[in-house]
Amino acid sequence: MDSLSDHDLETCTVQDLDGYRGTLGGLTRRQFLKYCTGVAATLGLSSLMGLRIAEAATAATRPPVIWLSAQECTGCTESLLRAYHPTLETLILDMISLDYHEALCAGAGHQAEAYKAKSMKANWGKFVLVVDGSIPTKDGGVYCMVAGKPILDVVKEAAEGAAAIIGIGSCASWGGIPSSDPNPTQAKSVHEVLPGKTVINIPGCPPNPYNFLSTVLYLLTFGKPPALDTKNRPKFAYGRLIHENCERRPHFDAGRFALEFGDYGHRQGFCLYKIGCKGPETHANCPAIGFGDVGEGNWPVGIGSPCFGCTEQGVGFTKPIHALAKVQTFAPPTAFPVVNAPKGEGISPAAAAIVAGVAGLAIGAGAMALRGMDDGADSSANPRDGEK
Amino acid sequence: MTATVHRPLGGRIVTKPFLFLGLFLLIGAYFILRRFLFGMGDVSNMSNGYPIGTWVVLDVVIGTAFGCGGFAMALLIYIFNRKVYHPLMRPALLGGVFGYTLAGLAVMIDLGRYWNAFNLLLPWYAQPNSVIFEVALCVMAYITVLWLEFCPAFLERMSPEIRQRFRLDRLQAFLKRYMYVLIALGVLLPTMHQSSLGSVLLILGYKLSPLWNTIWLPLLYLISALTMGYGVVMMEATLVQRAFKTPSEAALFARLAQVVAGLLIGYLALRWGDLAYRGYLGLAFAGDWDGNLFLIETALFLAPVFVLLSRRRASQRWQFLAAISLLAGGSLYRLNSYLMAVQPGNGWTYFPSAPELMITIGVVCLEIMLYLLFIKTLPILHGSTTESHGRPS
Repeated sequence: MDSLSDHDLETCTVQDLDGYRGTLGGLTRRQFLKYCTGVAATLGLSSLMGLRIAEAATAATRPPVIWLSAQECTGCTESLLRAYHPTLETLILDMISLDYHEALCAGAGHQAEAYKAKSMKANWGKFVLVVDGSIPTKDGGVYCMVAGKPILDVVKEAAEGAAAIIGIGSCASWGGIPSSDPNPTQAKSVHEVLPGKTVINIPGCPPNPYNFLSTVLYLLTFGKPPALDTKNRPKFAYGRLIHENCERRPHFDAGRFALEFGDYGHRQGFCLYKIGCKGPETHANCPAIGFGDVGEGNWPVGIGSPCFGCTEQGVGFTKPIHALAKVQTFAPPTAFPVVNAPKGEGISPAAAAIVAGVAGLAIGAGAMALRGMDDGADSSANPRDGEK
Repeated sequence: MTATVHRPLGGRIVTKPFLFLGLFLLIGAYFILRRFLFGMGDVSNMSNGYPIGTWVVLDVVIGTAFGCGGFAMALLIYIFNRKVYHPLMRPALLGGVFGYTLAGLAVMIDLGRYWNAFNLLLPWYAQPNSVIFEVALCVMAYITVLWLEFCPAFLERMSPEIRQRFRLDRLQAFLKRYMYVLIALGVLLPTMHQSSLGSVLLILGYKLSPLWNTIWLPLLYLISALTMGYGVVMMEATLVQRAFKTPSEAALFARLAQVVAGLLIGYLALRWGDLAYRGYLGLAFAGDWDGNLFLIETALFLAPVFVLLSRRRASQRWQFLAAISLLAGGSLYRLNSYLMAVQPGNGWTYFPSAPELMITIGVVCLEIMLYLLFIKTLPILHGSTTESHGRPS
């Protein structure tokens, strides 16, 4: 690890990265190290940590990951498929060993199940367990059966041997859509069915893939979860309200609101609070990192759709979409001062008197100067003409 | 070229008008002191909506236009080689020296953080795309040039012993030899910053009525500064001639009149032509505040044209009236485009406070007092060598 003392990405060596070329998802050594440093920056770590992430990601034995799907829509996987730095295949082929994932498995049926069992047995106590979807608990969990077993049991069994558990998506984090009233399957979040276990929650519907990838790489690098908030969400991603970093926040503060879809304010990009944006009570980093790798402003509020609070239990899928958010910072006043209220100082009697006095003085002095002009001017002007 | 002799007027310095002006200077000084002790808000009505108040508009924008006498005369005398006007040069220059120096003083009063002003001179802080930066540097340079141009008047007055001891003759010879450089700078620099004073307004955008806001603002400002320069020379010379009974320059001015009238016609043609071209002619006759101000301006500019092109231009009285009208027009143009026709919106209003006005008046009084002091003690005015024009002291 002596290379870690060297900050320079050009000169340091992390294992044999040049020999590793070709398996880094087409990345060159430099691009790969840059990517790892970028992940470190996303996590708020120093660039030195980028090297440690590179070490972890290129370790000879890739950490095994078991991905279980409960009552879910595969949206989280779809979201993950749309990550470009790195792409999902870089992650699952080069960094982790994704040993079981219903949507992405090469095998199927008994083959897949057998491989899962084998991997879990071989890596007992070492693998990372990822769960998407909520767990139905009513009637013994019969509403979601995988390979003939209730998913409840499958998750409980896998959790016993997992080194770390990640609940991805709102369903796994706090129940999501399936847990919405009347919750016919008694759907629960992963951490609710695994009392006593630490489950890292990456809520979102779907969550931003980079929040997941960064969490996974953090786990691989340090062997422990990143700093979590009270709802076990990584603080680097869910530490602040959307409202705090929203690019439309100045409109909120100035009292400029869209009042209905397509109205003047909506077309002008005003604040969406009054058409039900839940940004003021939802914790997520959406405004900061956006979606789809197409640049700034590409996230729901950025394109004019109010945030519906998917990362926050009790907000997403619970509150009516167009109900007013309960502002956690401070509520706006019901009335704002008019923008064209009279400002500045007008004319004062003293100033008027001074101006009038100066004008009078100028006119008087001018008149006095004019008096008698031309009377003797010719006599003094003529000699001058003669002079030339 | 006629041999011209500049001589001090002599006479008592502390006269009744001098004391009268001094009273206003003291009042102004009191408020200037308050401004530096308690800040701008204590004396001024300037606001975020109207960050430019009377100090800048009256003392700098209008004040330097009044100080353009030296510029206008230098252009005529040295560039167009009309040496007949040479007797008017030094008084015009003196007006320029005070007009500009006191404009500099007004800026220092007006700057919120005047102690940072020296940063203007540090090249690594320079923002060469800023019009106001150009104005600041150019005006600073021009004040220096004006004082250097004016130096010979001081040197001529030095006693022989001092001239001997400090070898002032050599300095004087040096200045005389290279005066053409200073004169060239003295014509170049005002061309730059007087037009830039117009360019500054371009940034106002919709806040300034289209009657004033045009891409030709720089040229309009330059031409009007030139005409005001000639106007102020006419007015000054006439007043001095009346007060101190020096020889009349009316005959010279009669010839100058045509130059001024030509410039004014050019100015008005450009202004109205541009307005018609842009299709805003209707605004001038809208009968509202802006339109009427514009018409008053035009009338004040147009009146001197008729006077100066008629036979009346030989009359000192009519010359004086034309000069006053011209100066009023030029001043109103500047006052309108910087303040009265500016609508920053959002409900902002502005009228200078009494202390603010008293500071401006005090600065103007100081200017007149120094002018009187200088023409009495230094060889500024042109006179024949045999007569004494000064009142007995």
